[in-house]
Amino acid sequence: MLMTLFNDPAVMIVAVGALVGIAATFVGTFLVLRGTSMLADAIGHSIVFGIVVVWLVAHQQSGPLQVLGAALTGLLTVFLTELLVSSRRVKQDAAIGLVFPLLFSIGVLLLNLYAGNVHIDTHTVLLGEIGFVWLDTVDVGGYPVPQSLLSMAAMATINALFVGVFFKELKLATFDAALAKALGFAPGLLFYTLLLLTSATAVAAFDAVGAVLFVAFVIVIPSTAYLLTDRLGLMLLLGVGISLASSVLGYAFAVMLDVSIGGMMAVVTGGFLLTAFLAGPRYGLVAQAAARRRQRRLNESRTLTVHLYNHEGEPNQGEENVARALREHLLWSHEHARHAIVRGLDLGHIVRDGELLRLTPQGREIAREILEPTRR
Amino acid sequence: MSAYALLTDYTVQNVILGALMLGLVSGMLGSFAVLRKQSLLGDALSHAALPGICLGFLVAGARELGAIMLGALFAGAAAALLVLALTRYSRLKTDAALGIVLSTFFALGVVLLTYIQGTNNAAQGGLDAFLFGQAAATLRSDLVIMAGVTLLSLLLVIGLWKEFKLVCFDPGFARALGMPVLALEVTLTVMIALAVVVGLQIVGVVLMAAMVIAPAVAARQWCRRLETMVPLAALFGIVSGVSGALISTLGRGLATGPLIVISVSLIVIASLLFAPRRGLLWALVQRSRQRRRLRHQQLLTTLYRLAERHGDRDFQSEQGLLDSYHRTRTRAALSRLEKRGFVESRRQPPQNALHWTLTGAGHDEAARILDSFNARGD
Repeated sequence: MLMTLFNDPAVMIVAVGALVGIAATFVGTFLVLRGTSMLADAIGHSIVFGIVVVWLVAHQQSGPLQVLGAALTGLLTVFLTELLVSSRRVKQDAAIGLVFPLLFSIGVLLLNLYAGNVHIDTHTVLLGEIGFVWLDTVDVGGYPVPQSLLSMAAMATINALFVGVFFKELKLATFDAALAKALGFAPGLLFYTLLLLTSATAVAAFDAVGAVLFVAFVIVIPSTAYLLTDRLGLMLLLGVGISLASSVLGYAFAVMLDVSIGGMMAVVTGGFLLTAFLAGPRYGLVAQAAARRRQRRLNESRTLTVHLYNHEGEPNQGEENVARALREHLLWSHEHARHAIVRGLDLGHIVRDGELLRLTPQGREIAREILEPTRR
Repeated sequence: MSAYALLTDYTVQNVILGALMLGLVSGMLGSFAVLRKQSLLGDALSHAALPGICLGFLVAGARELGAIMLGALFAGAAAALLVLALTRYSRLKTDAALGIVLSTFFALGVVLLTYIQGTNNAAQGGLDAFLFGQAAATLRSDLVIMAGVTLLSLLLVIGLWKEFKLVCFDPGFARALGMPVLALEVTLTVMIALAVVVGLQIVGVVLMAAMVIAPAVAARQWCRRLETMVPLAALFGIVSGVSGALISTLGRGLATGPLIVISVSLIVIASLLFAPRRGLLWALVQRSRQRRRLRHQQLLTTLYRLAERHGDRDFQSEQGLLDSYHRTRTRAALSRLEKRGFVESRRQPPQNALHWTLTGAGHDEAARILDSFNARGD
């Protein structure tokens, strides 16, 4: 049973894709919340340099040494960027854009020069080869487990443990760095550890999805979750769910259209983001428009009751408290006034008395609440 | 190959011309992007050009740079709009919006690229070159189109110079003057996409961001005025573009983009270190000079005050006393002061220790320093 699973390339590919997403979500969530998403982009690019150098020096294609060595390049990028910023000659955004292209360029150049000695070509650097992960397997308890699956599972576990153990520290450092520092939680150290894990995840995911597509997993998935919820724990859970869904759907679409699997998975995460952006609860465009509409209607019915209450029982009540006055005095359009009156009647705030609009006790109560908020 | 043969070589000529235009446009337009803190938008727009390249190819049915550039421009504009929409209408911050657009557009490009490869179109060869750039593949017809875009951006920058300048430095004031600030900002953003489009062939989409940012950052080090910064950035762009492209034509299988980025990065590093006034080495020298000056002033006033307190103009202060008073070694600073004729040293019995005393000029100088301090205190 398990054997057939491990022998099925489709299952392995989807599993690796989902694990890349899950491992990336755990670190990406905090990067997105802190407003440092582009560091993930920089790290994703510059680990190419680390991977090539580690390969040329130690001839290690995979394993802890390669992951750690290349991951240090990610930290180097962040360190150099901060060094540039602290020199106050370059703004943060420009600094990021200076450091990673250089490291990435050196990496690609070394690849060009030592093409024969390195296991990757420039194509893999960008796109990865998730479609071939099942070719490179290790024997674990008699099962042929893909190398990528192992390393991604390890990274996902490490990241999940890190987030699980330091959940409240990370939460505090993300939302109130000053308080975290004052309480002695060393937010700087925590953040650097997070970046180290991001780099390590990028390295582990490199063979599967490459340098640029990794950015989609690390930024787009948490951003989508962020558009859907206000709770940090739920955001992480949603991220895991979106990772699974993107992997399955991405694989299905890619096979259907015969295109890049990793690319399609990333495109699907983009699709989820767009859906959340448009139709998300509370923060989606549609929900926001509906909320605005609701508010506008509420304002209208309140304005109507106040207007009627102001002129109630006055000698000119016959002129003021009629439908025509709403158009002339409140400058409401015909339609507008008609809708407001119909809604007022429906809600039981007003009743018709010939031409005259009269407040019900309920409507009067609303108007008095607005006009005399301090009355007992 | 001799230098002459190199310069008359058809491919090399194309490469030089292309790199020249690339450097000119990206340096010039990048200056505005960097000044408006939109450097990373360049990164996003360059990655986002990939699906546009593929669409342009699909529509034209062949590798026609005109169609490809148009597609890239449209994709860039769509990406810029999406970044704007995400930051304005959702609670995502700019960095997340940039990352989202960059990665999903690029992923879409990858999908389209593999789709095109799947169709087995014989003309599809060379689309990969747009990832890292391949200067040697530049055709004469490509140059004509690139020249058109270059001319357009030159005209835009010259024609709208003072408007762009004001929008960069004080958009609020520009709005108060009644300038169409939004339209100008949109134009500047589209111009980043234009720069990206010119670089597609030579640098490639992945590294084009560096060509937008780096020449401008380097140029900013050397000057304080936009009128000098923009031409200088263009010059840096040209130098790095041409040198990188030339090196890539010499070696076999060397992608052009990385070489250009490495050469422009060298210019940036040199500029950051050595530029007068803003250079880091310059600042270092400046700081140590300042420190010396302060130490000299301290020593002179200390000697002056000691002499005053003891009622003895020629009061001799011991080296060790001065050291412990200033909590540092003062011997070198005192020797420098001696050379300038402000202090004199003398060996004094019983221990034959070194003692220092102010000269007449030293007295005057110390009095002057104390006066200026007192004047400042008022």
